[in-house]
Amino acid sequence: MIAQLTKSERQSALVILLALAVVGLAMAAGGRHDPFGVHGAIVLLAAILGIFGVISGYYAPEPSPDRLDSYYDSPTKFGIIVAMVWAVIGMAVGDWVAWLLAYPEWTFDAAWASFGRLRPVHTSGVIFGFGGNALIATSFYVMQRTTRARLPDQLTPWFVLFGYNLFCIIAATGYLMGVTQSREYAEPEWYADIWLVIVWVTYFILYMRVLARRQEPHIYVANWYYLAFILVVAMLHIVNNLAMPISWGSAKSYSLFSGVQDAMTQWWYGHNAVAFFLTSGFLGMMYYYMPKRAGRPIYSYRMSIISFWGITFFYMWAGSHHLHYTALPQWVQSLGMTFSVMLLVPSWVSAGNALMTLNGAWHKVRDDATLRFMMVAAVFYGLTTFEGSFMAIRPVNSLSHYTDWTIGHVHAGALGWVAMITFGAIYASVPWLWKRESMYSAKLVEVHFWLALAGTVIYVFAMWNSGIIQGLMWRTYNESGTLAYSFVDSLVAMHPYYIARAVGGAFFLLGAIIGFYNILMTIRSAPSVETQNAADFPVTGPAAAPALQPGE
Amino acid sequence: MTITHDLLVWLSKSFGLFYLIGLSLIVLVYTYWPANQKPFEHAAQAILDDDDKPYRG
Repeated sequence: MIAQLTKSERQSALVILLALAVVGLAMAAGGRHDPFGVHGAIVLLAAILGIFGVISGYYAPEPSPDRLDSYYDSPTKFGIIVAMVWAVIGMAVGDWVAWLLAYPEWTFDAAWASFGRLRPVHTSGVIFGFGGNALIATSFYVMQRTTRARLPDQLTPWFVLFGYNLFCIIAATGYLMGVTQSREYAEPEWYADIWLVIVWVTYFILYMRVLARRQEPHIYVANWYYLAFILVVAMLHIVNNLAMPISWGSAKSYSLFSGVQDAMTQWWYGHNAVAFFLTSGFLGMMYYYMPKRAGRPIYSYRMSIISFWGITFFYMWAGSHHLHYTALPQWVQSLGMTFSVMLLVPSWVSAGNALMTLNGAWHKVRDDATLRFMMVAAVFYGLTTFEGSFMAIRPVNSLSHYTDWTIGHVHAGALGWVAMITFGAIYASVPWLWKRESMYSAKLVEVHFWLALAGTVIYVFAMWNSGIIQGLMWRTYNESGTLAYSFVDSLVAMHPYYIARAVGGAFFLLGAIIGFYNILMTIRSAPSVETQNAADFPVTGPAAAPALQPGE
Repeated sequence: MTITHDLLVWLSKSFGLFYLIGLSLIVLVYTYWPANQKPFEHAAQAILDDDDKPYRG
C-alpha cells in the first residue's frame, strides 16, 4: 500500500502520523487514569503502527505514471473489507444484547458487559462501522466512474478511511469504559467529535476535488446523494456536538444546550442522521449500482432529481416528531409531523423509480441474488418510509412511541433497506474490483439473501407484535380508571417476541458471516481472464486484461 | 434584538412557508427545462458505459 504513494505523499503521511502521535501522547499524559488517557494511548499506538507501516515501505520504488491510466481502487477494496469486519462485530453485539433483553441474567458481572454499554457498540458498529465504511468505500468507486476522473492523490483517501476507523474504534472502546454523551447516535465525546470533523471535512474536500476534475459535464445524480450525505452530516455533527469539556484532561463534557432545546437539537440531529446518513448516502449507492447491475438506465432521471430535493427540503424539518407530547411547543410538533407525512412523496418516488428501473429485467432479479438484494432493499425502503410517515402522526405516535414498534421500524429500514442495498452493492463491486469472473460462490450469495430476508421478516414481525401489545397494555384502564397492567406485566408479555427477535437477528448475522467468507474466498481465488460473465464483469475490450495495479 | 418565540413562529409561518415553495418551483423548472433533458439522458446512459478507465487529457 505504501508503494502506491509517491515520495512526497509518504513524507506527508509521516508528518501527519507524527503529529497524531504527539496528540496521542499529550492525551495519554493529560488524561492519566481517566478514560481520556486510555484513548490517548490508543491514538498513540495507532500512530506508531502507522509510522512503522510507512517506514517499512518508505524506500519502495515510486509508483509508475501508468497508475493514472486506471482508477484508484485500493481504498475502496480496503473499505469494503473493513465494512464487513464491522458488520460482523456490530451485528454480533446486536444479537448479544437482543438475547440479554430476553434473558437479562445472562450478563457477566462486569460494568462493560451491561446492556447500556453494549448497545451503543451495536448501533455505532452497524451504522458508522458497517454503513459508514461501505458508504465511503463505494463513494470513492462511484465518484471516479461517474466523473471519469481518478482520485486526485493517493494519500487523502487513506487518511479519510484510517481516520474514520480510528474514530469508530475510539467510539466503541469509549462506550465499554462508560464514556458517552448520552445523545443517541452521537454518543462519542468531544475529542472524538473534533477528530471526526477533521476527517469529514477532508472527505468533503476530496469529493469536491474529484468533481472539479470531472470529464462529464453533468454530475450524475448518485453524486448529489453522496454529497448531501457528506455535507449535511458535517453540519449536523458539528451543531449537535457543541459542548464544553470539563477539563483538557477529561473525557467528560457538557452540552451547550439544555432542556427542550437540547432535546430538539438532538432529534434534529438524530432524525437527519437517519435521513442523510442512512437514506441519502445509500440512495446514492442505489442510483449507481442498481442500474449498473440491471444493465438498464434509471427509469426516470427527472424523478431522481425531484425526489432528491424533496428529501433534502423535507427531512430537515421532520425531527420534532420524536418529541410528540413533550415540552416542545405544539406547533413545532405539528410542523415535524406535517413534514414527515409529506416525506412520503419523495420517498415513494425514489422507491418507485428503483422498482421501475427493474421493470423489464425481472428475469435478472429472479436469477441474480445480488440484484435481488437491491430489489428487496427498494421494497423495504418503500415500506419503511410509509411506516415512518404514519408513525410520525401524533395520535399514532401516542401508541407507538417508547414501544418496540419503533425498534421494528428502525430495523425494517436498517436491515431491509440499508444492509440489503449495501450487500447488493458489495456483491456487485467485489468481482469488478478484484477482476474476478464472479463471486466465489453464487450459491452462498443466494443463502445469504434468504437468511437476510428471513432474519429481517422475523425481526420486524416480532417487534410489531411486541410493540403494539406493549402500547395497548400501557393504555388499558380498568373500571376504576387506573392502569390495568403494570410495566412488568407488559415485560412478561414481550418475552416470546424478544426471543423471536434474537433468532431473527442471529439469521441476519449468520448471513453476514457467510457473505464475508464468500468475499474473502473471491479475493483468494485466481483472477479470470477468459470467460466473462456479462453481469459480473462489465469491462470489455482491452481493459479486460488483468490490469495489475502498481503495488499489488 | 432578542429572538423571541413569537418572532420564530411568525418567521416560520410566513417566510418559512414561501421560501420552500419558491425552492420547489426552482427545482421543478430546472428539472423540466427542455435544454436540460439531453445532459440528463446522457448522464443516465453514461454510467452503463463499460470503459473502466479515467479520462487522460
